[in-house]
Amino acid sequence: MSSVLAARGLTKRYGSFTAVHPLDLAVEQGEIYGFIGPNGAGKTTTIRMVLGLISPTAGSIEMFGEPLGPDRGALRRVGALVEEPAFWPYLSGRRNLEYFARAGGRTDDTRSRLRRIEEVLGTVGLAGVADRKVKAFSQGMRQRLGIAQALLGAPELLVLDEPTNGLDPTGMREVRSLVRGLADGGLSVLVSSHLLGEVESICDRVGVMAGGRLVAQGTPLALRGPSDRIVLDVGDVQRAIQLLAGLRGVEIVGDPAGTRLTLAIDGLSAADVNAAIVLGGVDVHAMIPVAASLDDAFHDLVKDDDVPR
Amino acid sequence: MFRVEIAKALRRRRTWMLALAIASVPVIMVVAFKLSPPSVPASADAPPFLAEIGRNGLFAALAGLAIVQPVLLSVAAGLVSGDAIAGEAQAGTLRYLLVRPVGRSRLVVAKYASGMAMLGALVVITIVVGLMAGAIVFEFGPLPTLSGTTLDMTDAISRIIAAGLYMTVVLSGVVSIGMLISARTDNAAGATVAAVVITIVSQILDQIGSLRALHPFLPTHGWRGFTGLFRFPIDWAPMQDGVRVSLAYTCVFMALAVLSFRRRDVMS
Repeated sequence: MSSVLAARGLTKRYGSFTAVHPLDLAVEQGEIYGFIGPNGAGKTTTIRMVLGLISPTAGSIEMFGEPLGPDRGALRRVGALVEEPAFWPYLSGRRNLEYFARAGGRTDDTRSRLRRIEEVLGTVGLAGVADRKVKAFSQGMRQRLGIAQALLGAPELLVLDEPTNGLDPTGMREVRSLVRGLADGGLSVLVSSHLLGEVESICDRVGVMAGGRLVAQGTPLALRGPSDRIVLDVGDVQRAIQLLAGLRGVEIVGDPAGTRLTLAIDGLSAADVNAAIVLGGVDVHAMIPVAASLDDAFHDLVKDDDVPR
Repeated sequence: MFRVEIAKALRRRRTWMLALAIASVPVIMVVAFKLSPPSVPASADAPPFLAEIGRNGLFAALAGLAIVQPVLLSVAAGLVSGDAIAGEAQAGTLRYLLVRPVGRSRLVVAKYASGMAMLGALVVITIVVGLMAGAIVFEFGPLPTLSGTTLDMTDAISRIIAAGLYMTVVLSGVVSIGMLISARTDNAAGATVAAVVITIVSQILDQIGSLRALHPFLPTHGWRGFTGLFRFPIDWAPMQDGVRVSLAYTCVFMALAVLSFRRRDVMS
């Protein structure tokens, strides 16, 4: 695997304030890298440095194996959505894409971008409404047009900063499956979010940022930590509670829900619990391990980051 | 990028409102003079060509230029320059242009060039509408110069066109100042107002005789020099001053605008 994006020692200071402490970041070919952290953690600053909008105080950026030069030529292979999408509101959706396609780059780039307008409008499901002025677009439509804009240049790397901001749950799901589908097609994606549950399901790797530092990095599974809760579905709840009360290292969490009990286990295995209950004469219909949510791990990682910004 | 800018401008209602406002000036003037011809020749504070309209339709174009320059053209110059970068920043489209990527120097230069082209178009509108209104309501005749001689029609029209050209060229200085302001802020309205105020204040200062020592350094110095075209022989000196001053301002302020925009962190 080769890195499509590799930042080393990337740093941004404003006077005495350090917005981003030296940070190493790599996005591998074909993966979705989730960049998560609370608002103000430095995610957007980092993304803006990667895109050449902000000049780093220190550090280097490589894109597609080559240093990002002052002309930022490598950006022609990158599509980006930085914070909210933005358009010329007095123009139609299609016309906005046309002008973005015409702006900058080499002539052959412009031609291929112009040819892709209908295709990307189709990809994001806006083909039928693209002739309306953008000022009449809903938030969800703007977001999708923003993604269409990012896809115009047939990018190899997609940088999406908070792509589901302001979307309703349906919209979020649509964006997630769109991004997953693009990555399955071979695109590499760097996606940021302050909502961890939102990107967890689609990311191959996750980096957690807090207080301007990358505090953890790994697969969502590795970051989540081991499971320590189980849900039991039993034939006789009252009898099961009595049996469990006699076991050390098990605690019932909350009230029973119908025939289900949630247990926190510590030092015992789920099999030990199962054996004890079955031997006590209670049927066990189901035993479900509950994954500790990545959100919990996330809050542990960022809890010291309460710097208001 | 230049063509995109022009195409964008042509699809904005604002552009057409400005063009309409500019075009209305010679029309209103001609109609007003037809309805009530001025009895006194030229009063001291009236623009130099205004009073002549009643006698000759050619004057409508020239008087239109003279009236449009200090106010409407100044506002237009402030608008196209002040809004150029800051307007994109405020709309958020600046970051999407830059990550396309559009080179930063290229963006500033394209914005400057398209702004100048639009101002040139406004000057052309003034001349064309002025000539048409003048031709319909009055008659064309040989144009008297300020020196008492006369110019035949072809000569007169080419000098009117030259006056428009000169007027456009000397706008470059204040447009460049506006570009620098625009490249340094995300507040489009603020940048526009600042550029307009600078243009108008500079013109006022250029009129105050006791500040004569300051005049050669004002970005609008020599703006009225186009009147030299209607003397016999043509008085080139004020126009040379005007071109020199606006070129100097253009070089310095465009260089500053490009440099400062290249180094700037785009947070918008």
